[in-house]
Amino acid sequence: MKLITAVVKPHKVGDVKDALKAEGITGMTVAEAQGFGRQGGHTDVYRGTEYVVEFIPKTEIQVIVDDDVADKIVATIVAAAKTDTIGDGKIWVTSVERLVRIRTGEEGPEAI
Amino acid sequence: MRKRALRIISGLGGTVALIMALPALAGAQEATPGEDAAAAVQAVLDNVWVFIAGCLVFFMQAGFALLEAGMTRAKNAVNIFAKNLSDAMIGVLAFFAVGFAFAFGGGGSFIGSEMFFLSGTDLTIGAEGGLSVATTFFFQVVFAATAVTIASGAMAERTKFMSYLIMSAAMTGFIYPVVVHWTWGGGMIAGWTIGDAVYSDFAGSGVVHMSGGILGLVGTLFLGPRLGKFGADGRPRAIPGHNIPFVAVGTLILWLGWFGFNPGSELAADSAVMTVAVNTMLAAAAGGVATTILIWAWKGKPDVAMICNGILAGLVAITAPCGAVNAGMSVVIGLIAGLLVVCSVLFLDRIHIDDPVGAVSVHGVCGLWGVLSIGLFARYDDAFLGREDAGLFYGGGIDQLAMQAALAGMIIVWVGGTATILFAILKATIGLRVSRAEEVEGLDELEHGLRAYPADVSFT
Repeated sequence: MKLITAVVKPHKVGDVKDALKAEGITGMTVAEAQGFGRQGGHTDVYRGTEYVVEFIPKTEIQVIVDDDVADKIVATIVAAAKTDTIGDGKIWVTSVERLVRIRTGEEGPEAI
Repeated sequence: MRKRALRIISGLGGTVALIMALPALAGAQEATPGEDAAAAVQAVLDNVWVFIAGCLVFFMQAGFALLEAGMTRAKNAVNIFAKNLSDAMIGVLAFFAVGFAFAFGGGGSFIGSEMFFLSGTDLTIGAEGGLSVATTFFFQVVFAATAVTIASGAMAERTKFMSYLIMSAAMTGFIYPVVVHWTWGGGMIAGWTIGDAVYSDFAGSGVVHMSGGILGLVGTLFLGPRLGKFGADGRPRAIPGHNIPFVAVGTLILWLGWFGFNPGSELAADSAVMTVAVNTMLAAAAGGVATTILIWAWKGKPDVAMICNGILAGLVAITAPCGAVNAGMSVVIGLIAGLLVVCSVLFLDRIHIDDPVGAVSVHGVCGLWGVLSIGLFARYDDAFLGREDAGLFYGGGIDQLAMQAALAGMIIVWVGGTATILFAILKATIGLRVSRAEEVEGLDELEHGLRAYPADVSFT
């Protein structure tokens, strides 16, 4: 099982969710986050004083999938979250050692 | 019974003349010192009350701001408050410069032509009845600011800030003052009669709320709906507001402010003030209850945002008839407004008009209902009607209803027409709507360089 973590622009979350559901994903976790990459920050002015805003609001999406569909899901997220402007985000894939469904106690791929 | 329009004009022009003629008058009338003193106290009471009422109406700006921000998304909250603050600031100055003159200056029946920048007036208290120029200006300017801020709700989340500022100036400087001149200023509409019927609009369901609602409607049509509001299949998508407590508190502030809006429009401290206040209170409650019942039965849950619209619908509707109807009819008028607003909100969604806060439904539709309701339910002389039992259900026939319809129609034609020209010019020149990227990101960051709810910074 793989954990796919994607940090995307907040306004793309709906599109990513729709695309994942279309691929058969039945669950995900979404969290508000902030971050920056190479885009860096920008300068704003507050009451006449300039300041640098580095952290940009982002949304983090986590889905757990079977190993064999991981690449497909990554491609799906890329296509759905892309806006071709800086700050689109990143996706990384890690292994899941153990997965449990709390209500039923199911484990492993059945708990996906 | 003091005719309202005459009272305003006499208060203004008369005050100046009165102050200068006082020494001569005192000798000519042979009034007793007691009568003089009583009249002087009454004059002070009138001015103080109307001033306080004006303060209450001014505080409605805070109510509108909270209501609108609560019903829209967090990424646009700064912009909502900026628009509300700005139309108060610009409204005041535009009304001071030209609006007040157009509205109340002597001139033709179309538009006023004196008192630009309040020139030629003496702001001080009049010695004998009537309101001082200062009081009148203060009270009227907060009404002008109310009329324009109504539209900001309908145009929320996608309007360029600069375009909105220009719209504010045009509305408070010209479009609204002409409507006022035709009515409260004693102009064109004030002179119309149908049988014994003359127009009545005590505190402005038509003059203020219909005007603001129509401006907002035309703005919405020129802007188009927010991105994603209507899906590919044409069905409306909910865009939930980000702060329902703001919506509720904003509504309560508006409800309180209405006790300045309606009772203050008596323009005097007399017993009618309290009757109007009671009617206002009843209509608000009735509107809220009617909406609660309807939305609960129709859609399954008592939706607080809609209920807030219902309370305001009742308040808007009673604003015109509050001096002419009894308590029971106030409840009826409010109830019907509460039902109308729900139907209107859902109808506008169905015909793909995106009104984020329900401004067109609350102020436009229920303002129209308020204006027409006088034709049905008017029982007392509210100092406009000049007669009792003017309403259809009191044996007054349809003359009053026809006159109210004429008033409403004229407002629709004028505001609708000028707004169309205004928005067409804005759209063709500097643009009316923000760019797609900006609308998606949120107006706060890109129009104002500020977020409403930024993460805290800390330094060590």
